[in-house]
Amino acid sequence: MEIVKTDKLVFEYIRRDEDGNVEGINRAVDEVTLGIRQGDFVAILGHNGSGKSTLAKHINALLFPTEGTVWVDGRDTKEEDEIWNIRRSAGMVFQNPDNQIIGQVVEEDVGFGPENMGVPTAEIWERVKESLKAVGMYEFRKYSPNKLSGGQKQRVSIAGVLAMHPKCIVLDEPTAMLDPNGRREVIRAVRALNDVENVTVILITHYMEEIIHADKVFVMDGGRIAMEGTPREIFSQVERLKELRLEAPQATLLAYELQQRGIPLPDGILSIEELVEEILRYRRSLGGKE
Amino acid sequence: MSIILDHVSHIYGSDTAMAVKALDDISLVIPDGQFIGLIGHTGSGKSTLVQHLNGLLKADSGHIYFNGQDIDDEGYNKKELRSKVGLVFQYPEHQLFEEDVFKDVCFGPRNLGLPRKEVELRAYAALKQVGLPDDCFYQSPFDLSGGQKRRAAIAGVLAMKPEVLILDEPTAGLDPRGREEILGQIEKLRRERGITVILVSHSMDDVAEYVERILVMNKGKLLYDGEPREVFSHYRELEEVGLAAPQVTYIMHKLKEKGVDVDTDAITIPEAADAILRALS
Repeated sequence: MEIVKTDKLVFEYIRRDEDGNVEGINRAVDEVTLGIRQGDFVAILGHNGSGKSTLAKHINALLFPTEGTVWVDGRDTKEEDEIWNIRRSAGMVFQNPDNQIIGQVVEEDVGFGPENMGVPTAEIWERVKESLKAVGMYEFRKYSPNKLSGGQKQRVSIAGVLAMHPKCIVLDEPTAMLDPNGRREVIRAVRALNDVENVTVILITHYMEEIIHADKVFVMDGGRIAMEGTPREIFSQVERLKELRLEAPQATLLAYELQQRGIPLPDGILSIEELVEEILRYRRSLGGKE
Repeated sequence: MSIILDHVSHIYGSDTAMAVKALDDISLVIPDGQFIGLIGHTGSGKSTLVQHLNGLLKADSGHIYFNGQDIDDEGYNKKELRSKVGLVFQYPEHQLFEEDVFKDVCFGPRNLGLPRKEVELRAYAALKQVGLPDDCFYQSPFDLSGGQKRRAAIAGVLAMKPEVLILDEPTAGLDPRGREEILGQIEKLRRERGITVILVSHSMDDVAEYVERILVMNKGKLLYDGEPREVFSHYRELEEVGLAAPQVTYIMHKLKEKGVDVDTDAITIPEAADAILRALS
């Protein structure tokens, strides 16, 4: 079943001058039709200004289509009565961890969502506990959020969404402001949510290494879907990605460079392990020693 | 001429029970024209360090010399120091405020009290240096794209004609091409104008590609100070302090473990390709 579906989704920003006269219209999302299956790990790539975030905000009913339709868990986001159900099914995590945490204590912050939904107190505590455990932050439940690192704060933000028992979580560049360790922690937590809890993940990022395990990748350009496929299908097109102001993961780029210099490696190498494996295989084919 | 730090320490909240030693006995020399990468996990003291270099923070002990003079001497012109050591904060586009890009870039040099003509010439030159197209100059800075805003903000600092340019995460949140363009422009500036550049970054791949020297901060101390290939050879220790090495470093070490006799010093893709081809031939 498809948790998120869009049909010819169009979103236009109207630009106005100082007197409020319309200066022009920017089409940020241009006739996007896509479907995301429940339980998938989906990545959305695209250069700055390609329309990724605008698309993502439709999934959380923060923006509404100018034309076309968005369904989240079968509900049309244009139905005003459904907004809170939609935001409960699809939670969202943003780039800056400091803008998303409101509680004085970690567990209080995570409980904020379910409390607002009117969940009974005993169940709130249960949800807080399981959500913090899912992102590996349970031992920090009594901490003040301002004592946490960026990666830890982001994991608390994710737990806050998780406590609302969403079917889907949209993360808009959650690692852009983090150091390497913070980035690793957040991606590990997000992958665990998807693998263990079967939450649908929609991850927007500029770091290609983070999404080599995704089930599906959409690449946006000029508000449209420019490419769509598995990470292997997408990243094997190194030159096309460059045209779209993107790049492939470093392991893929190195494999590509080696291919260009005459080493016959297969297309679509994504991870360090695969690259090392293929180089060893090639060496064996040369009759070299193991 | 250079920046010299001599046993610099800085303590936050020194008169409270929660005192934190943010800089712990840092000594180093930054010669003119070097391209330096400053790395360290969040809270390691990077930002505290760079804020000392232009006098925004004052050392609790130790001395900082800029072009031979102690910047904490009485009567030292801090205002001039701040025009010579330009600091571009994280997400500098949040500090754009004027009605058009050109005026925004003029703000700094105008505050130096320069004649109008000089101010405008500098602003124009700075906008050219960051590669912003002419038709952006009279647009509202808020109508620019993310990468363009970032460049306009960097131009604002460049218009002060700094001798040292410090950039705190200048590429955070930019797409891969945007990252390459900004770092490429900065490298070009350094080559052509000979300014010193200090790049604070969380991207090891970017650091590996551009800088000639890396400073690694951990718990307020300088953990490593050396050439990129030398620093990244300590990749295990870097991981222990919340950092990492470039992806290429991991590939080279894995190959070596599996018995391919590669030079593990390679840190960029062309270097790695060279090393692998050499090992296979």
